[in-house]
Amino acid sequence: MSGARENIVRLDGVEKHFGAVRALDGVDFHVDAGECIGLVGHNGAGKSTLMHTLAGTLEPGRGRIAVRGTVEESYSVIRAKRLGIRCVFQELSLCPNLSVAENTRVNHPAIRGFGWRKRSAALIKAKLDEIFPGHGIDPWDIVSDLSIGKRQMVEVARAFTVTDDPLDLVILDEPTSSLDAHTAGQLLAFVRRFVASGKSCILISHLLGEILENADRIVVMRDGKVVATDAASSFDRERLVSTMGGADHREKPATPAEILARQAGPLRVRARPVRQSDGAELKAHEGEIIGLAGLAGHGQTDLLLAVFDAARGGKPDVEASAPVALVAGDRQTDGIFAQWSIAKNIGVRSLARLRNGLLISPRKEDEMAETWKQKIGIRTPDMDSNILSLSGGNQQKALFARALGSDAKIILMDDPMRGVDIGTKLEVYDLIREEAKGGRTFLWYTTETDELEHCDRVYVFRGGVIVASLNRGEVTEEKVIQSSFSEAS
Amino acid sequence: MTQARALFSTPWIWSFVGAFVVWLATITFTGGVGGGGMLTAALSLAVFMVIVGVGQMFVITLGPGNVDLSLPANIGLASAVAMTVMNGQDSRIALGLLAALASGAAVGASNYLLIWALRIPPIIATLSASFIIHSIDIAFGRGLQIKPPPGFADFTNVQFFGIPVMAMLTVLFTIGAAIALNRMIYGRSVLAIGQNLRAAWLAGVSVGWIRFVTYTLCGTLGGLNGALLAGYFRGANVDIGNEYLLSSIAVVVIGGTSVAGGKANVPGIWGASLFLVLLLTMLNTFGVSAGVRLLLTGLIIVGVITAAGGDKALR
Amino acid sequence: MSAASAAIERTPVRPGSAARARMLRAMLPALSLALVVIAIAWLNPRAISYFGFNLMLNLAIPIALATIAQMFVIASNELDLSIGTFVGFVACITATWLRDAPLVGVLILLGSIGVYALLGALIHLRNLPSIVVTLGMSFVWQGLAILTLPTPGGKAPDWLSAIVSFKPPLVPFPIVAAVVIALVVHFGLMRTSYGAILRGSGGNPVALGRAGWSILRVKMTLFALAGLFGVLSGMTLVGITTAGDANIGNGYTLLAIAGVILGGGEFVGGRVSPIGAVLGALTLALAASPLLTFMKIPPDWQVAANGIILIVVLAARVLISRRER
Repeated sequence: MSGARENIVRLDGVEKHFGAVRALDGVDFHVDAGECIGLVGHNGAGKSTLMHTLAGTLEPGRGRIAVRGTVEESYSVIRAKRLGIRCVFQELSLCPNLSVAENTRVNHPAIRGFGWRKRSAALIKAKLDEIFPGHGIDPWDIVSDLSIGKRQMVEVARAFTVTDDPLDLVILDEPTSSLDAHTAGQLLAFVRRFVASGKSCILISHLLGEILENADRIVVMRDGKVVATDAASSFDRERLVSTMGGADHREKPATPAEILARQAGPLRVRARPVRQSDGAELKAHEGEIIGLAGLAGHGQTDLLLAVFDAARGGKPDVEASAPVALVAGDRQTDGIFAQWSIAKNIGVRSLARLRNGLLISPRKEDEMAETWKQKIGIRTPDMDSNILSLSGGNQQKALFARALGSDAKIILMDDPMRGVDIGTKLEVYDLIREEAKGGRTFLWYTTETDELEHCDRVYVFRGGVIVASLNRGEVTEEKVIQSSFSEAS
Repeated sequence: MTQARALFSTPWIWSFVGAFVVWLATITFTGGVGGGGMLTAALSLAVFMVIVGVGQMFVITLGPGNVDLSLPANIGLASAVAMTVMNGQDSRIALGLLAALASGAAVGASNYLLIWALRIPPIIATLSASFIIHSIDIAFGRGLQIKPPPGFADFTNVQFFGIPVMAMLTVLFTIGAAIALNRMIYGRSVLAIGQNLRAAWLAGVSVGWIRFVTYTLCGTLGGLNGALLAGYFRGANVDIGNEYLLSSIAVVVIGGTSVAGGKANVPGIWGASLFLVLLLTMLNTFGVSAGVRLLLTGLIIVGVITAAGGDKALR
Repeated sequence: MSAASAAIERTPVRPGSAARARMLRAMLPALSLALVVIAIAWLNPRAISYFGFNLMLNLAIPIALATIAQMFVIASNELDLSIGTFVGFVACITATWLRDAPLVGVLILLGSIGVYALLGALIHLRNLPSIVVTLGMSFVWQGLAILTLPTPGGKAPDWLSAIVSFKPPLVPFPIVAAVVIALVVHFGLMRTSYGAILRGSGGNPVALGRAGWSILRVKMTLFALAGLFGVLSGMTLVGITTAGDANIGNGYTLLAIAGVILGGGEFVGGRVSPIGAVLGALTLALAASPLLTFMKIPPDWQVAANGIILIVVLAARVLISRRER
């Protein structure tokens, strides 16, 4: 594959340890000019560490980094930038208090002196126009005023702006995680154009379809090692999943009779979005899994929060007749307590039940943690270690354990599978179905259309209101997308 | 060996080490004279710092920006309230103490009311409140010459084998505070809010209620401190609480509680309080001037916090 | 699928609603100031004159400078609890060394700015809580001030007194000075390319580090600027009061924090506004004594009135920003 093409960057036998954990275990890896590499693997497989090593934000413990054939002795972020290697990190690296143009200036020391504001604004505007036509972002918008999707667009566009440093390789870590299908399509099309012009790209994504469609070559990582490298055309979904080490087992979907039986059960949630003017409302019965679909940020989370409020206080238009628990999708800001152990993170929703008299019983807390460690498969030697010692997917499992281990009968899920590997997903899907059978009600907001097939009924949101309600048989990607974009009649 | 290392890696142990070093330095200077008496006096004075320190600790643990700046005014007012209600009669001690606690609780509750209703940072809310409380105290407490009831004054000074009874009671109180922090829903909730307020709310913690309780608790402890100070120093005074603004914050932080919130430590407050009190005693013993004393106190606080290292969480 | 979606227009977002909200938020400090001026005009119309403002805003310049100093520290997510005693220390140095031995005085003041920069470095490198470090420093500055000037005294250098008693035509000097301070700092922090980096350090320091900027340098710059404006505050204060006093600046710590917040600043996230901070300082300066005197508040309750005014202004701010939603 590489053949006569120029080698942009090459890693030989790179190792990296974090304490006892081997994040990278002798990785050989290279990128050639004019190719798009798809990098896949479960959370904790070493993708992020590899990427940070390439970007210069992490020093490799052992091994060699060579850029265009020259071995780099003291590789750093600044050196990487000089050599034309950039990275878009998964956690956003914009300053929220600065404008889009000022954030562009942060990445370009060359933009200074008289007229820097104009030059910076023009630079980012041109790139946004090129990648995301019709983006609706003004260079003087303050980043914190932008939606998360727009922030990601700015972040990506900024990585492709050029001043005095060259640009040969851009590493994109889950670049579409907060984008809707339309803008994600724009970005991937741009990546293809970028690669066609002789530059290179590394695309990291959990959406295997995205990788299969857009990468020239796919690199699969597992347990800190590269386990497969091959042309994208030689992979299909099954081969990728099996190489990554995910288990693919699925239960048969519920039959229509079962669904009808559940709809006859007691009503748990009745909610109408604030801006809904017609009579449409969301209803959920005992044992139902209800999907909330549509483009990201169109009122799904607001509705979940309204139900959350209703169960604790009471709100007009929203009824929830049982205790609720919420599984956050944005783990860092809505979910985890960074100073606490895994066990404490799981127990926090159920403190009242973990008491012995007035005091919280450590024994009961440990028992609950152990139960859920087994039940949901949290991979850790010790539930008393800090929550941050877990990989992202396992942190998410702990959040599921927090909600499912509580007394809540209504579980709200706020796009909880964001950036979670497929193995974790499949395990959690099974658990959700099992819990629903036990009588729990799930409201499940998701941006991944695949997940809607687990739902008994799906409500599609657009502009803060419900525009369509689809029953299980009717849920197809096409239909959801159609309803997401057009006004319901 | 590993146990010793674990012990020395806990941040609060250094405050006790520091207190011990300062005490050694002082008795070396005096040639071994008065070491025991100095400890007794230090314990008595440390009690006042510990009481407000515990309140301030719970507030600071609520997260960045949470701090109670109204403690000095609160303490001053409570001391006047306690003395007025007790009116020098032993039979009214309990009533006076209750009144001081109620005064403190009212201050704390109104602090939170301001924070909640005006959605302003606690620093500004408690600061504005302290202006008002201070004025009430001036208007109400001016020329107040009531001595504490003899029984109350004696109680604040009584000792068993050189250990003040008040210090013993305060040790019991701090044990209770440590249990509340680590083993009760209240403490867990405070710690959760301090780490991530939004996540705590989404995990079902009653954020508003817990914050209200915490500010009220801190105010109540300020009220208690005011009454005890008036007993110990034989009378109420508008400025009686002034030094507790800085020292309440200092003992919390030197004691190993994180200013970024979500991580608290009760035993460290004792170590830090003893350290600060003994430090002042030492400088007084050395007979240095006021300027040098302030200078050295400041440098030592900066030095201690630098040596103890930061555990400031990322914001 | 992408063809279908591209053909359909995307959800319209209310254009500029975020920008408008931001504008309104930025106007709040000015409205607060207007509120206080209107109250004074209502109580005593004669106060609204050249001499009235000269008198009422007498101490506004040092307060504004101290507020700007605090603002630089808050911009980097820290808090300076020592700025008040630092202003007092500078006042003592100005009233003694700067007058008697100007060279030594200048060196001491430059050195104290250096100490501020080093504090910034210390706080960053050791990852220390700034509240505690500056709390300790407040004792240090006060101790040094008392050692320099054990009892109030000294005398302001003549050139300094001459500057602060300058009487420009038409507009009172404090107002001219406030406008100059606000514009200079606004330009430096909000409009220069390095100013964006300084503010960015409060917003997302990790991102700044990844982009290759030295956070250490940024922190030291911000703290040095705080020191510089603290020095200017102390010097103008002595120029106005003509003599030094170790306790002269003690109230400035809390005034400066209140000024920054009143000016629309926030404790975390690098959200500060120099113009707002100066407006906040003017509001506090006017509310502190002139307004109270006109309202014939007895001295016992003046402190309380200060607190109430602060609360009223903040409450007004809440009301306005609620309506904006």
